[in-house]
Amino acid sequence: MTSPDTAAKAVQVADLSVDLGGRLVLRGVGLQIRQGEVVAVLGTNGSGKSTLIRTVVGLLPAARGEVRLFGTPVPRFRQWHRVGYVPQRLTAAGGVPATVHEVVSSGLLSERRLFAPLRASQKQAIDEALEIVDMAHRRKDAVAELSGGQQQRVLIARALVSDPELLILDEPTAGVDLASQQIFADAIRARVARGTTVVMVSHDLGPMDALIDRSIVLRRGRIVYDGPPHASQTHAHVHHSHGGEEPGWLS
Amino acid sequence: MTLFQLEFMQRALIAGLLTGLSAPAIGTYLVQRRLSLMGDGIGHIAITGVALGLLTGSAPVLTAIIVAIAGATAIELVRARGKASGDVALALLFYGGIAGGVLLIGLAGQGAATLNTYLFGSLTTVSPTDLYVVVGLAVAVLVVAVGLGPQLFAVCQDEEFARVTGLRVQLLNLVIAVMAAVTVTVAMRTVGLLLVSALMVVPVATAQQLTRSFRSTFVVACGIGVVACLAGIVTSYNADVAPGATIVVLALAGFVVAATVGTLIRRRQGRVAPLADEEPEIGVPEPVPHVVSAGHPHAHNPKCGHAAVEHGDHVDYVHDGHLHAAHGDHWDEH
Repeated sequence: MTSPDTAAKAVQVADLSVDLGGRLVLRGVGLQIRQGEVVAVLGTNGSGKSTLIRTVVGLLPAARGEVRLFGTPVPRFRQWHRVGYVPQRLTAAGGVPATVHEVVSSGLLSERRLFAPLRASQKQAIDEALEIVDMAHRRKDAVAELSGGQQQRVLIARALVSDPELLILDEPTAGVDLASQQIFADAIRARVARGTTVVMVSHDLGPMDALIDRSIVLRRGRIVYDGPPHASQTHAHVHHSHGGEEPGWLS
Repeated sequence: MTLFQLEFMQRALIAGLLTGLSAPAIGTYLVQRRLSLMGDGIGHIAITGVALGLLTGSAPVLTAIIVAIAGATAIELVRARGKASGDVALALLFYGGIAGGVLLIGLAGQGAATLNTYLFGSLTTVSPTDLYVVVGLAVAVLVVAVGLGPQLFAVCQDEEFARVTGLRVQLLNLVIAVMAAVTVTVAMRTVGLLLVSALMVVPVATAQQLTRSFRSTFVVACGIGVVACLAGIVTSYNADVAPGATIVVLALAGFVVAATVGTLIRRRQGRVAPLADEEPEIGVPEPVPHVVSAGHPHAHNPKCGHAAVEHGDHVDYVHDGHLHAAHGDHWDEH
C-alpha cells in the first residue's frame, strides 16, 4: 500500500463544520480519501452522513473549514466530469415524462458543449452504462413507470456514464430490492477494479459490504471511528460482538 | 380565399404560428419544473408593463417585455432563495402586476376596450412593427429552447444533480424565467396576457397523454400549439370573437380528446401485456399457516344440509357457526 502522504487525494476534508438552518450538523470533521479507496460513511439517522456527502459535492456550503476535490477547493472546482454523484432518489420526477435514455444522457452534460448534439461515442457510453445496470431493455420507457429499485439503477447509470474517477453515492441501497442491490454491487465492483474511488453513505450496505475497505462512522456530526470495516457495522442495527476482541460500535 | 389575402390576417397568422411554437416550447420546461403557473404570473406582471407603455406613449410591447423580464427575474430570485414565503411572494407579485396595470391604464385615460385587446388578444392590432419584434423574439426563444435543450432538461429534471455536473444552474434558471417572460410578450397580441399561460401548459398536458419521452412531448406540444393557434385565429375571424379565448378553448378540447384516447390506449396495452414479473420475490413472508378443523368427521357436499357459501375460488360450508372449506383430504376453518 502506498503511504497516505504521497498517494494522490481524491477528497480532502479539513475541520469542516456545516450549519443547516442554524444547527451545526457537522462539527470539525477531518477526512482524507486516497484515490482508489472504497469508503463507507456509516451512522444513524441525523448523524450528519448525508450532510457530509452533500457538502463534499458542493450542494451545501461549509460554515467553517474546507473541502477539496482532487486538490482543488470545491467552490473553485470545475472538473465535474471526474465526479459521479448518485442522489438518494430521483428528487424531482418532473411534470413531463422523461425516458431512461434521456435521464442517463444528462450525466454527460459536464463534457458536452452548448448547442452541440450527442457524439457517437457518447451515445455508446449511454448504452454501456445502461447495460451495466441491466436497464438497456427499458431505455425507451418513462422513468416514472419504473419501480424504486429500477429508478435507482437509472441514477447509477447516469453517474457512471461519464466514467468518473470519484463516485459518490448517497444511500444507494435504501428501499431497493435485493436484485437491484446485487446489480449495483457488481457495477461498482467493476469500477473499483479499474481504480475508481468510491464514497458511499449507507444505513445498510447489503451486497456492497464486501467491497468496502474503510469505514467512517459519524455520530452527532463528528467522526467517531475511521478505519477498517467491521462486520458489526454493516447492518442498520449494530450490535455488540459477542465475546469477540472487537468492541461493538454505536450500540 | 380572401381571409389569407387580408394583410392584418397574414400578420396575425404569422404571429399565431410563432406563438404556437414558442409558448409550448418554454411551457414544457415550466411544466417539468412544476411551475405551470409561472406564465400566468408573468402575464399579470406584463399588464403593468403594457399600461406603462400606454401611459408614457411608448410601444407597449417594449415596456411589457422589460417589466415582464424584471418580474420573472424577481420570481426566480424569490424561488431560488427558497424561503417558506416564496409562494406568498409570488402571489404578491401577481396581484401587484394586475392592480398596477389597471391603475396605470386609468391614469393614461385609456378605456377598458384598449386593455381588453392586450388581455384577450386581438387580430387587427398586430402592426408591422409589432410583427418584426414578435418574430425576432419568438425565434430567439426557440433557438434557446431547442439548442440548450439538454442543459435545461437536466436543470428541470434534477436541479441538484445538474449542479454536481457543473452546470450553472442559477443562470439556466434565469434563462428559463427570461424566456418565459419573452414568450408572454410574444403571445400577448394573439392569445392575450390572461390566457397566455394556457397556451404554455395545455398543449404540454395534452401531449403527455400520448408520449413517454421529454423530446416527443416537446415536439408534439409545439405541434398542438401551432394547430390550436392557427385554427383559433381563423375561427376567431369567422365568428368575430376574441382570438385568445378561441385558441384556448380549442386547445382544451384537444386535451379532452387526447386524455380520452390516452386512457383507452393505456387500458388496451395493460390488457394485452400484463405486468412482467421482473423482481424476484425475496423476503416475502410465507402465507399464514392454515387452521385445520380438528378431527372433522363429516364430509361436506352440496347436499349435506350445511349452507354452502361462495368464497372466492371455492365453496365454504357453514358448520356450527364457522366456515369449513375442503383442502386435500381434510377441512380448513375459514
